[in-house]
Amino acid sequence: MIVESYSEMFQRVNSKDEGAFIPFIVAGDPDFETSLEIVKTYVENGADALEIGFAFSDPVADGPTVQEADIRALNSGITTAKGFEFIRKIRKFTSIPIGLLVYYNLIYQMGIDEFYETAHECGVNAILAADLPPEEAQDAVDASRKYGVEQIFMVAQTTSNERLQKISKMCKGFLYVVAVMGVTGARKDLKLSTVELVERVKNHSNLPIVVGFGISKPEHVKNVIKSGSDGSIVASALLDIITENLKDKKMMLDKISIFCSDLKAATRNKYK
Amino acid sequence: MISDGKFGKYGGIFVPELLIPALEELERAFLKYKDDKKFNQELDYYLKEFAGRPTALYYAKNLSEKLGCKIYLKREDMLHTGAHKINNTLGQGLLAKYMGKKRIVAETGAGQHGIATAVVGSLLGIPVEVYMGLEDVERQKLNVFRMELSGAHVLPVKTGSRTLKDAINDAFRDWVATVDSTHYLIGSTMGPHPYPTMVKHFQSVIGRETRDEILEKEGKLPDAVIACVGGGSNAMGIFSGFIDDKEVELIGVEGGGDGVDTDRTGATLCKGTEGILHGSFSFVLQNYDGQISEAHSVSAGLDYPGVGPEHAYLKVIGRTNYEAITNIEALEGFELLSKYEGIIPALESSHAVAYAVKYAKMPENKGKTIVINLSGRGDKDMFLAAREMGVDV
Repeated sequence: MIVESYSEMFQRVNSKDEGAFIPFIVAGDPDFETSLEIVKTYVENGADALEIGFAFSDPVADGPTVQEADIRALNSGITTAKGFEFIRKIRKFTSIPIGLLVYYNLIYQMGIDEFYETAHECGVNAILAADLPPEEAQDAVDASRKYGVEQIFMVAQTTSNERLQKISKMCKGFLYVVAVMGVTGARKDLKLSTVELVERVKNHSNLPIVVGFGISKPEHVKNVIKSGSDGSIVASALLDIITENLKDKKMMLDKISIFCSDLKAATRNKYK
Repeated sequence: MISDGKFGKYGGIFVPELLIPALEELERAFLKYKDDKKFNQELDYYLKEFAGRPTALYYAKNLSEKLGCKIYLKREDMLHTGAHKINNTLGQGLLAKYMGKKRIVAETGAGQHGIATAVVGSLLGIPVEVYMGLEDVERQKLNVFRMELSGAHVLPVKTGSRTLKDAINDAFRDWVATVDSTHYLIGSTMGPHPYPTMVKHFQSVIGRETRDEILEKEGKLPDAVIACVGGGSNAMGIFSGFIDDKEVELIGVEGGGDGVDTDRTGATLCKGTEGILHGSFSFVLQNYDGQISEAHSVSAGLDYPGVGPEHAYLKVIGRTNYEAITNIEALEGFELLSKYEGIIPALESSHAVAYAVKYAKMPENKGKTIVINLSGRGDKDMFLAAREMGVDV
């Protein structure tokens, strides 16, 4: 299967006057098979790209929702090898870009080179390590270039303009803009400061930008896209549906499918 | 950052992007104030008048005679709040004040660092919130009460294994969201740069004093310095006084738990492998994939699956040795020092005592001069020790 690149994907959605809708899941949450069905549901209901997390025992950048998902996935027997197997299975039914979200220890333990090589072989487009700032990222960036995987970095409200430019130089694919000061997790309101941050990042970088953290409603997605972001990642709000419907898989998938359609709809009419 | 915070290849700053500016600010402040005259005058005043420094280097005559060696105890157990932790919380607390921070968060395992932070918050008028695993909250109710009595607010952590490593995770999460107003007061020589360097700096007072004291009493340096290692701050503090004296053997003693060859151990340097946890590259207890294991030791302060990065470096270059002492051996050390010297050590420090006994009994070490860092007192461990010894209190 020919894999779509992030830049092709952003062009595709932009030409339709849309932003990219990127849902997140932890591979193997709540179990391998259900997790795969959830990803299918994402794809069937408008996902433009996928963000796949590899579970970690100590996810300091994440809030309780993602940590619970990590624990469920680990308890269901997920490993790094099975995580890559998960990606291979996804690649059987979709060619949209796939980004991995991991903690650096998982990369380091497998071997940096081997991790990126395997990721490339499985059809991963990009990797973001939540606890790997540019200062520590040279080895990972070298491996990412070697195997044609794009290395994604985060920027936040605390990131200075000078630092933003430095990060832009190392980053490929898209810049992940952290919408809130804090860890991942669904939030009621999206602050005005997010809109200002999107504008500031746009002024200092030519990369496409995607906003994540705290994006939990269609109106958040709409605001983020309207403010100039090329896409929006939704994580905890989707994981909440999983958490709340663990005993009724059909209900879980039905709710996810409706919610994804609404989230995708909110990315349309970007310039109107 | 001005420095990369590396000890050889260990250390560094493996944190989410949101924390980088806070670490930069902290590094700048630390570098500015660590040699600042007014800051140091104030810190020295509190170390002396509030914490009770300098501490004695006590010649343990009875134990020495029993073992055929000269055993000295560095009496950090005599400090206010009962352990060396106060050296660091005073230093960082004062730094937070100079930085204009309005709030301090800390993590704690058994509660010793939490208490040392709470009293400093009370002293300096800065509100303190302490993250503590729910398991530990239930096991250490008395320490929760002590912290709250000193005005701190204890936040039980219900995620993960509900112990120290989860308390650290939650303290980081808090800090990520509150960096402008809040200082995260880490209790050991671990975490991202500048913490390992900064905590060592504030604990190095132990090494400086010990060096002067032993030279005064013995007219020469000791043959060996022995300290327990959890995150590694008391050990790094005392080692720092002797690190350049190659003839002085430096021995770190880890919590072996049920034994290094079992799954229930806290001996990160003896058993662990290289990895990234809580912001730095060091040794960690982990599985094949890099998922962090739960540590185990009878002593809560040694019950941690990571270790400070400088210890990893000192081990790899061969400057220090690390040994593990099991729960049972540690309890023997605990009883021994209490019985022979009338000094009840913390269970953490009991590991150092137990290894010192082993060391002294080796034929090649006969007659040597040994310094044990008695990092804390055993009052906090009475119920646990009594239970382990089958005594009903």
